[in-house]
Amino acid sequence: MDNIGLIGMASVLAAGLTIGIGAVGPALGEGRAVAQALAAIAQQPDETNSLTRTLFVGLAMIESTAIYCFVVSMILLFANPFWDFVISRGG
Amino acid sequence: MDIKQISPDQVVYFSMGPFNLNATIAYTWLVMVLMVLACIFITRRMTVSENMSRWQNLLESVVSFLRSQIRDVFGENPDRYVAYIGTLFIFIMVCNLLAVVPGFLPPTASLSTTAALALTVFVAVIAFGVLRRGLLGYLRQYLKPTPMMLPFNVIGELSRTLALAVRLFGNMMSGVKIVAILLAIAPLVFPVLMNALGLLTGMIQAYIFAVLAMVYIASATRIERERHDKTRNRQGDENG
Repeated sequence: MDNIGLIGMASVLAAGLTIGIGAVGPALGEGRAVAQALAAIAQQPDETNSLTRTLFVGLAMIESTAIYCFVVSMILLFANPFWDFVISRGG
Repeated sequence: MDIKQISPDQVVYFSMGPFNLNATIAYTWLVMVLMVLACIFITRRMTVSENMSRWQNLLESVVSFLRSQIRDVFGENPDRYVAYIGTLFIFIMVCNLLAVVPGFLPPTASLSTTAALALTVFVAVIAFGVLRRGLLGYLRQYLKPTPMMLPFNVIGELSRTLALAVRLFGNMMSGVKIVAILLAIAPLVFPVLMNALGLLTGMIQAYIFAVLAMVYIASATRIERERHDKTRNRQGDENG
């Protein structure tokens, strides 16, 4: 297989694997966090405000790992530096 | 912005020498003009009577929401922080919400805008911390709990700035990107649904950015806050 084919295949595979595996961890983590927060709100409805705010901050922190994966896969798909390099070298 | 471009930076309208007028700058100016004009027109006819205009009502509810949130996080008078946090929140919110307008490219979908916003948070944390606790008092918190933690504290400070920038960029860029991809494969109804979802995401991201900025600034001014909480709790105990 020539270089263009190799780089294209590797980029697409890596992009899919990145977002696929990268979504699993944050999804589990966010599910756990929301479940705990709901249990806490059910126990202490008076504290809903501060619980919700802390929950959102925590979710944002957890989610940023998924966002990193997403950004990397978007770069691999739409702004791939390796692909551009190979194309500019004429394959 | 076609499907190959992942940032409004790449859409260049006008170029002179080394300066490019790209979509990020153009739409940032548009948002600035909109916000300034709206504020001028709304505040021209402000009234303290009960039959206020609905726009004044909107602004008042936004400001009082911000003040209550800041008071909750800082546990003190929000006057000192409301200008900065409010600017961040309202600018990001307007940018994100306008993303539903066809043809509008949200400036927050560009890494340069979000990196600039995150850098202002980075500077504001240091500035508020030094103003509040003095230079030595601020620097001393890097040596807590032990001096061995110094490099980790510094890395944490930098990496959370990076996270702040990439989080907002990733969320907004994903919204724009998903709409562009759906327009290519299922252009009838689905892009509208994803746009409506983008309203929710944009609102939450603006809120999260503001709350994280608050939390970071509050952690730099924390000693005052602990003392405040202690006195408040003690008063509560005495009263209760």
